[in-house]
Amino acid sequence: MTLSVERPRLAAPAEHRRLGYAAAGLAAIAWILTLPPILVRTPLPSIVLGLLAALVGVVVATDPSHRRLGACAAGLGLIAIPLALAMTNQTAANVRIVFTWSAVVASGLTFATPLIFGALGGIISERSGVVNIGLEGMMLMGCYFGIFGADIAHTWLIGAVLGMAAGGLLALVHAYFSIHLRANQVVSGTAVNLLAVGLTGYLFIAQYGDNGTPGTLPQVPNVNLPVVTHVVFFGDAFGHTNLLTWVGLLLVPVVWWFLFRTRAGLRLRAIGEQPLAASTVGLRVMATRYVAVTVSGVFAALGGVYLSDGFDGSFNFNMTDGRGFIALAAVIFGKWNPFGALGAALLFGLSSALAYRLQTFSQTLGTLFLALPYALTLIAVAGLIGRSRPPAASGIPYVKE
Amino acid sequence: MRSRTRIARAGRGLLIPLVTVVLAFIAGGFVVLFTGHDPFSTYGAIFDGTGLNWLFPWVTGTARTTAAFNLQQTLVAATPLILTGLSVAFAFRVGLFNIGAQGQYTVGGVMAVWIGSIFPNMNPVLHIVLAIAAAALMGAAWAAIAGWLRAVVGTHEVLSTIMLNWIAIWVATYLFQAGGPLQSTTEAGNPVSNTIVPSAHLPVIWGNPLLQGLSIGIFISLAAAVAFWAIMNRSTLGYEIRAVGHSPDAARGAGISVARSYAVTMAICGVFAGLAAATDVLGWEFQISTGDLTISQVGFLGIAVALLGRNTAIGTVAAALLFGALETGTSVRALNSNVFNPELASQLTLIIEGLVVLLVSTDLIAVRILGLPAKLGLGRPRAGTALDRGVPDEAATAAAVTEGLEGKLEQGV
Repeated sequence: MTLSVERPRLAAPAEHRRLGYAAAGLAAIAWILTLPPILVRTPLPSIVLGLLAALVGVVVATDPSHRRLGACAAGLGLIAIPLALAMTNQTAANVRIVFTWSAVVASGLTFATPLIFGALGGIISERSGVVNIGLEGMMLMGCYFGIFGADIAHTWLIGAVLGMAAGGLLALVHAYFSIHLRANQVVSGTAVNLLAVGLTGYLFIAQYGDNGTPGTLPQVPNVNLPVVTHVVFFGDAFGHTNLLTWVGLLLVPVVWWFLFRTRAGLRLRAIGEQPLAASTVGLRVMATRYVAVTVSGVFAALGGVYLSDGFDGSFNFNMTDGRGFIALAAVIFGKWNPFGALGAALLFGLSSALAYRLQTFSQTLGTLFLALPYALTLIAVAGLIGRSRPPAASGIPYVKE
Repeated sequence: MRSRTRIARAGRGLLIPLVTVVLAFIAGGFVVLFTGHDPFSTYGAIFDGTGLNWLFPWVTGTARTTAAFNLQQTLVAATPLILTGLSVAFAFRVGLFNIGAQGQYTVGGVMAVWIGSIFPNMNPVLHIVLAIAAAALMGAAWAAIAGWLRAVVGTHEVLSTIMLNWIAIWVATYLFQAGGPLQSTTEAGNPVSNTIVPSAHLPVIWGNPLLQGLSIGIFISLAAAVAFWAIMNRSTLGYEIRAVGHSPDAARGAGISVARSYAVTMAICGVFAGLAAATDVLGWEFQISTGDLTISQVGFLGIAVALLGRNTAIGTVAAALLFGALETGTSVRALNSNVFNPELASQLTLIIEGLVVLLVSTDLIAVRILGLPAKLGLGRPRAGTALDRGVPDEAATAAAVTEGLEGKLEQGV
């Protein structure tokens, strides 16, 4: 492995990579052609484009260093053909109903919001070096106490504050065990999840019994944008979005800026990568990690508040239903970067929204579409993203010298 | 000398979980107390609900009949928990976190109910073996996807198993829903599978076969635990798995294929989870409804079982028995509702389970309460590198990162 052998090979693969992505793009176009607003009613152009993408993909795949990308592009090209056929087989009206983009975006955002909050929390915690499997439980705490607070104080604001406090408190338990007592963080996070399911379920029954939460609770309001409401696509997509969705979207650049553009963010990342080195230069490893884990719990809980008091207006047993884990997946998918995680959360959200709408095509097959977001993610992670590297010290307890 | 050390270690290995459980029960008792109930009578009623009072000779008459029934339910509940616990524990030993036991259990159940219902006149022994094998293989195949992705592509198994869980649930829902390909042929409109035929029923060894008696599934679980122990401690594969779990880099240096260990381990995990589904479907469930798919938490509880059992075979069996007993003792059917609301009690079970897992996550009890030296490593499950990253050039990356950070730190601080 001498450098003289490695160097000449560098030029060609870069070109192949671009070619691979171009093929993947072609595959996407092959399908998009048959969707509104273009809505081509014959599958022929899509078949040609799909085959072309597959061909280019195969060529790229012959380069050993881009085998995965090539194979993925070729696969996408081949998938695009039946997809396009499926669209052209349906009536134009049906396709229009399903692919009403503004509605897809609006409902995609509601699916994505809890994931955005959860993923941002996960990123902060893991960047400081503490794995947070407990996001699910912290989110669930936000769900219950968000509703409970809104009920007893008759204002959603108190609900949100109480929800965040409860999530933060549960995060503190995780922090104490994983930082102070040097517990296995995965184990402690799992415990916190179980605790949250039991605790919220217990309180829910003790407080509300069989009747469930009252139907008329003060909910987190939607933001009605005055001008945008009348613009064609944007009005339906963003005109009446929930306040917490905006907060979540706003937090993404804020967290990114904090992590990568402030001194405190740099210190946090240093502690997550090399705690010993960070400690040597005088940073407070334990204290920073406590703050990071608590903040992550507060964020996840805010996602929970959105779920219960923003979207549903009620609480039910274990209502997070695995969303905390999906948020965790978004963290890994997004490579521990807020914008990456946002992309992952939006991918989940939009494909979930689409999956539910695709049930218009076929009630039976519609259920199968619900598996689509997860299958897409699996393929994307395996084919295009590959390895993502967590912060070096995440999951490892820090022992003070 | 050596044997005495081993006995002492085994004693502590037993003592710490016991103290943990007792502490969790005390904490749970306070929850009961604060919500205005009597913890002692509550725990008494839960104990009776588990059926463990069957072991007392002075319990006679109808009380004994009820106790026997409850104890059967405890063992029925423990059967799949042992297997999903083993599934999670096996992965932990190689340093992988198998959140996917639930999905492997789901696909295993689909196979078991399908094979169990399509051959009406088969030899019972053959039919049962075939259905169990199909469930185990399907579970293995499903888990192997995650293992293969981790080994070849490097996809984090936490991510892939979460995705595979959901894919399994939705695909199974599609199969059994009204109009789905595997929906019941006799109950049109109901989102349920076909009922498995009598030749595929596991023989019931204790209790009434019509009232969820205890089937031979419990022996399948126990045999699996023995197999777990034998593979882990008495085979080359187990040695490699433990080596990789301890340090992937060192194992690689010693010539062990880490990728192969990951893939094989996950497939074996899937066998355990698939067997869990087989014992449920062929033992008492006989039919799967789409509602069962999302309500079932057996795979997730397996995580807690494995952690309480410290990822050992015997520990997992004991932890599954405890969790199975708690689940049964607080169920609506077994708990005396005059003493304590069973719905509250089921939630109390989750709280106690959570506390137990929280307390076993650290050396807390060993060090602070029992005064044992911290270095025993008993308080911590043998996971070591549960969320290990397995990047080949890890050291180089870390070094580069350190250099970069130090440069920035000098500028920034």
